[in-house]
Amino acid sequence: MPAPSGLGRIFFWSVPLQAHPTGSAERREVSFAHVRAAHAGQGQGTIRRIIGLTLRHPWQVAIALGSTVVAVSFQLSIPILLGQAVDQAQGVLESNAGTSALVMTGLMLLGASVMRGIFTLLQNYYAEAVGHHTGHELRLAVYEKIQRLPFSFHDKVHSGDLITVGMLDLEGVRVFFSTALLRVVLLGMLIGLGAYLLISTDLVLGLLALSFVPFVAWRSSASQLQLRATWLTLQDKLQVLSRVMEENLGGIRVVRAFAGGRHEMEKFERASADALLLQHERVILRVRATSMMTFSFFLSMGLVLLVGGEKVIAGEMTVGTLTSFLTFMTILQMPVRQLGLMVNGFARASTCGARLFALLDTDVEIRDRPGARPLAAESGELRFENVDFAYPSDPTRLILKGVSFAARPGETVGIVGPPGSGKSTIAHLIPRFYDVTGGAITLDGQDIREVTLESLRARVGVVQQDPFLFTTTIENNIAYGDPWAKEPRIERAAESAQLHNYVMGLPAGYKTVVGERGASLSGGQRQRLTIARALVLRPSVLVFDDSTAAIDAGTEFRIRSAIKRFAKDRVTLVISHRLGALMHADQILFIENGEVLERGTHDELLALGGRYRALYDLQVRPEADLREAG
Amino acid sequence: MAEQALPSEDEDVERRGRPPRAVVGSQKQEEEVFGTAFDGKIIRRIWSFVHPYRAKIWLAVGAVLVFTGMQLTIPLIIGYAIDRGITAGPEGRTTLYLAVGAFLAAILVNAAASYMQETVVGKVAETVLFDMRRAMFSHLQRVSLSFMDKTEVGRLMSRLQGDVNSMQEFLETSVLSVGDIVLLIGIVAVLLSLDMRLGLLTLSVMPILFIVRLFWLPPARRSFMAAHETNSAANGALAEGINGVRTVQSLDRQQVNFDLYDEKSFANLRTHLTAAKFAQVMVPIVDTLTGIAMAVVVIVGGSMVLDTSLDIGVMVAFLFYIQRFFDPIRSLTLQYSVMQRAMSSGRRIAEVLDVPVAITDKPGAIVLNRDMDGSVAFENVTFSYRPGQPVLKNVSFRVNPGETVALVGPTGSGKSSAMSLVHRFYEVDSGAVKVGGHDVRDVTQESLGDQIAMVLQEPFLFTGTVLENVRYRKADATREDVVNACKAVGAHDFITRLPEGYDTVLGQRGGNISLGQRQLLSFARALVMDAKILVLDEATASIDSYTEMLIQKALVRLLEGRTGLVIAHRLATIRGADRIIVLQNGVMIESGNHDELMALGGLYAKLYTMNYSSFDDLPGTQDDSAPSTS
Ligand SMILES: Nc1ncnc2c1ncn2[C@@H]1O[C@H](COP(=O)(O)OP(=O)(O)OP(=O)(O)O)[C@@H](O)[C@H]1O
Ligand SMILES: Nc1ncnc2c1ncn2[C@@H]1O[C@H](COP(=O)(O)OP(=O)(O)OP(=O)(O)O)[C@@H](O)[C@H]1O
Ligand SMILES: [Mg+2]
Ligand SMILES: [Mg+2]
Repeated sequence: MPAPSGLGRIFFWSVPLQAHPTGSAERREVSFAHVRAAHAGQGQGTIRRIIGLTLRHPWQVAIALGSTVVAVSFQLSIPILLGQAVDQAQGVLESNAGTSALVMTGLMLLGASVMRGIFTLLQNYYAEAVGHHTGHELRLAVYEKIQRLPFSFHDKVHSGDLITVGMLDLEGVRVFFSTALLRVVLLGMLIGLGAYLLISTDLVLGLLALSFVPFVAWRSSASQLQLRATWLTLQDKLQVLSRVMEENLGGIRVVRAFAGGRHEMEKFERASADALLLQHERVILRVRATSMMTFSFFLSMGLVLLVGGEKVIAGEMTVGTLTSFLTFMTILQMPVRQLGLMVNGFARASTCGARLFALLDTDVEIRDRPGARPLAAESGELRFENVDFAYPSDPTRLILKGVSFAARPGETVGIVGPPGSGKSTIAHLIPRFYDVTGGAITLDGQDIREVTLESLRARVGVVQQDPFLFTTTIENNIAYGDPWAKEPRIERAAESAQLHNYVMGLPAGYKTVVGERGASLSGGQRQRLTIARALVLRPSVLVFDDSTAAIDAGTEFRIRSAIKRFAKDRVTLVISHRLGALMHADQILFIENGEVLERGTHDELLALGGRYRALYDLQVRPEADLREAG
Repeated sequence: MAEQALPSEDEDVERRGRPPRAVVGSQKQEEEVFGTAFDGKIIRRIWSFVHPYRAKIWLAVGAVLVFTGMQLTIPLIIGYAIDRGITAGPEGRTTLYLAVGAFLAAILVNAAASYMQETVVGKVAETVLFDMRRAMFSHLQRVSLSFMDKTEVGRLMSRLQGDVNSMQEFLETSVLSVGDIVLLIGIVAVLLSLDMRLGLLTLSVMPILFIVRLFWLPPARRSFMAAHETNSAANGALAEGINGVRTVQSLDRQQVNFDLYDEKSFANLRTHLTAAKFAQVMVPIVDTLTGIAMAVVVIVGGSMVLDTSLDIGVMVAFLFYIQRFFDPIRSLTLQYSVMQRAMSSGRRIAEVLDVPVAITDKPGAIVLNRDMDGSVAFENVTFSYRPGQPVLKNVSFRVNPGETVALVGPTGSGKSSAMSLVHRFYEVDSGAVKVGGHDVRDVTQESLGDQIAMVLQEPFLFTGTVLENVRYRKADATREDVVNACKAVGAHDFITRLPEGYDTVLGQRGGNISLGQRQLLSFARALVMDAKILVLDEATASIDSYTEMLIQKALVRLLEGRTGLVIAHRLATIRGADRIIVLQNGVMIESGNHDELMALGGLYAKLYTMNYSSFDDLPGTQDDSAPSTS
């Protein structure tokens, strides 16, 4: 952020920022304190919890509230002074008539205005500061949570909805202090004191002057609540609209390939028309409320003018008093209207807060057991013992049934099977993306649920079947898992993945930026990038989940021979449909419907003459046989 | 090479001292956010969207003028009531009644005008926003894929949502600022006409405000800009964290990312606090100036009332106007930054709308219908994504009606690119692609799309049910058609096992089924299209050979008389093709049927042998390198 220069400095006074040490360990401690605070208060009411967060900045809150009280007092003195001035100008008050009295009142008015300004500044600034600090803390907590929540959570929540929580809902909570809590004090004092002053001056006129308050307060609160309710519906509709747009743009190739432009426009129109209709309703709702409020305000002003005028004529009141009544009313007009905003602030904070806290309170099912110890690094034997598994979204359907196998370091396990047989699921269980529902997985004899997640994941590398690349350079993408890796290591990994030559041929080499999902790379290049990404790490267990499907046999061969020595002291799991990729494995599992149907070496399985054999024949038999079979 | 792949362990020692090679969120900076406040071209662009509703806008402007007039009149009526009515003794009573009557009339007109203006403007603004979004979205359906390839979805979404929404404020307040300007001029005129000397004195504070604003604006604007930038940076990082969460967890990057995000969020906090200071510092300044103006009226005006050179009512009116005096100035300066924002958003919206539609239908383009023969021909096609780096070089081949031709070659050799050209996703640099005997540039894109069904290398599914996904845009496809297609690709069994069969809602991008299952659905989607030409880009790469064989058998019947273009790395997949074309580095190096190519002993023969023979005795041969500059 550029520091304001020159004259800008005049406006720049020191910021009461909380500590933000630069040393990474200390800073992390501060930041984690924020994260913990955001998680605290589980089970309390939403509003109470937000207040709790706000009170983490007690003296900023105190300054804001104190300044509000002072600012309101000065604000209220202005109409009194104005009324006094009008009377003095008329010479009504014999005692202190004359210009000197007017000068006095004028200076007092000036003073009151200046003070009001200064304290309003303090009030607003500190209120905002509290909000921004709370926002920062919540943002960290949300980010941290989202990163930790297991796959099963992300399977069921659309990414767009999470983004909404992290941005819109967080905003609703962040502004709670300034739009709702502080306003309670501000409006309460302004309206209460104002009413007291008016009524104590003249009961009838005071009541008349305030007659618009209950109506407006009711109207504005009611309409805000209505707007709030429609806002939620609107949010849902806009969510649909943005999903339509987002998926269209993300899947634009499919849309084009099927000439689906018109179909997509129809989807868009449907979602759009829905939202627009509601928007129009909301406009009417809002405008009707504000017009009615303004009208009722002016109506009571007219009444004050009429009745007050009569009183002045009857000699029961001075013009000055009448003036101060009328000025009071203009001062009260804004705060009374803001009552609606205050109600809205509460309503918004409680709906947004409910969603935000629901996210923060979501149980991270996959986490360290209490007292979990880091994985003790020994030989690194991987063992599946009678593993059963069902995805949490469909707990009755067993995806894996009694899967058992073992692999010592240096060994390779090959897995084949039809689509949906559970191969990727096996890969996902090893780093505990999901927890097994029955049986156990052990590494070096330690149940993976008993060791720390971090130490486990550091020892398990999975090349995912569906590659995701980040919008950054090729270099950063390769080093994603170990951002401290030096260039030579990155290049060696790329060489092993047979990507180096391609990258060197690009104008910007390793600094070339690739897009989301690597749009400008070919399918095989994308896969090789993900392979390189895993090779940079030094896992004890390395899983290739069908990661050469889009790579030709020649390149695949070279990748395989490059990583062969690399695989010497680790367990390698190769999932592939191309038997050439796993025929040299020490053990091959044929999986169907989550069960291991056949197991053994390539030769044993061929000899067995079962499903594996059938696959093999299909892949290697000369053409003539295929015709026969077909 | 293989030994080098083993990372050296000594790196560990000093690595933690270095900053990681890591970023979160996109590093591309948004262009300047606060530019000029007025840009004729952009205004005209925005106006073109408002134009259809201009009658309503004029109506609203009229209403605003009436409304402003009433705002100006109300203090005058009060002043009149005081001077001619209230202070005129008992005879003034009728005048008072008259004034109150006038007041009532004024506030009725006021309410009606403001209701009308706000509803009209509010609705028009919303409608215009949706129109803009629709225009952009529908334009994006037509722009070239090369634009879409290099533009992140998130970036486009922020155009479609963020930028469009920030026009809302501008659209809603523009009409009001006409009223503000009139109000300002009106107040000045009324003050001067009420009393020239007092008016001039009071108005003398105005230039001070302008001067202060002048000095305030540049640093303030910078601080607002910094706040805006840090905010979108933090939001971008959050979105990235959500979309890539699976990769983040599998590579155990949570800690690094959290620290980086912490930095971004903290920068956001800091810039917002600075911006808040700049925004709030105007409060005491404006209040001080209001105080000065009030003091002037009280002291000078009061003295004038004392020596009866000024009516008390005029003084009261003055006091009222002063309270209102700074409102329009404040909202006009606010309007200035609203306009700045709107201009930069408008510019970004215009940018999207101005992306050239590189691929358009020729005037009088031919409509390709089902009777065309279904042949595909490449005639000396050269094609590049980036100028000077051709990915296809002078490629020629012909696929006769009803024939199946396979494309093979190392990864990145240009196979998918060639298929994109058949569908005219991109325009060739030279040469021609012909479908059914017509150059693809001579036929309408929609009819071309109707005749070609593609299974893309990356199976993209939409949020929705299985049925909707397979049917996609073919609205007239019955449930039976869908089921038949799914049976043909062997997807029927797994679909029926899903919790709700064909009506099961798939997660985001089909996340709750396996990749192979996704591929099957995307295959079925192409079959439902019932097109003359079928393009299969690695359509069975993630599917085992057995399932593949079943699909091939089922397809024999379904594809009777259709033209097929098949890409596969698993050569067994394409052994049955009528002809095989081998691409390497964008050059067609071999072509012929399986036996001919095997006899030739070239690249195909090598790849083929590699596919099924023992791997160890085969030397690595080809390697794809980046397209060479020519
Ligand atoms: N949208 C794009 N923008 C820029 N370059 C691209 C784009 N798509 C592909 N390329 C480049 O063009 C070349 C050919 O890519 P293409 O996708 O046609 O290869 P392919 O033969 O299909 O490879 P694979 O078997 O790996 O899928 C590659 O070097 C790739 O990096
Ligand atoms: N996130 C999920 N939630 C619920 N069910 C799932 C999820 N992911 C996969 N499944 C189901 O679990 C089964 C096994 O899926 P898995 O991804 O392990 O298959 P796979 O063997 O890897 O198949 P492929 O060869 O297609 O990659 C499938 O029936 C699939 O529909
Ligand atoms: Mg899988
Ligand atoms: Mg490809």
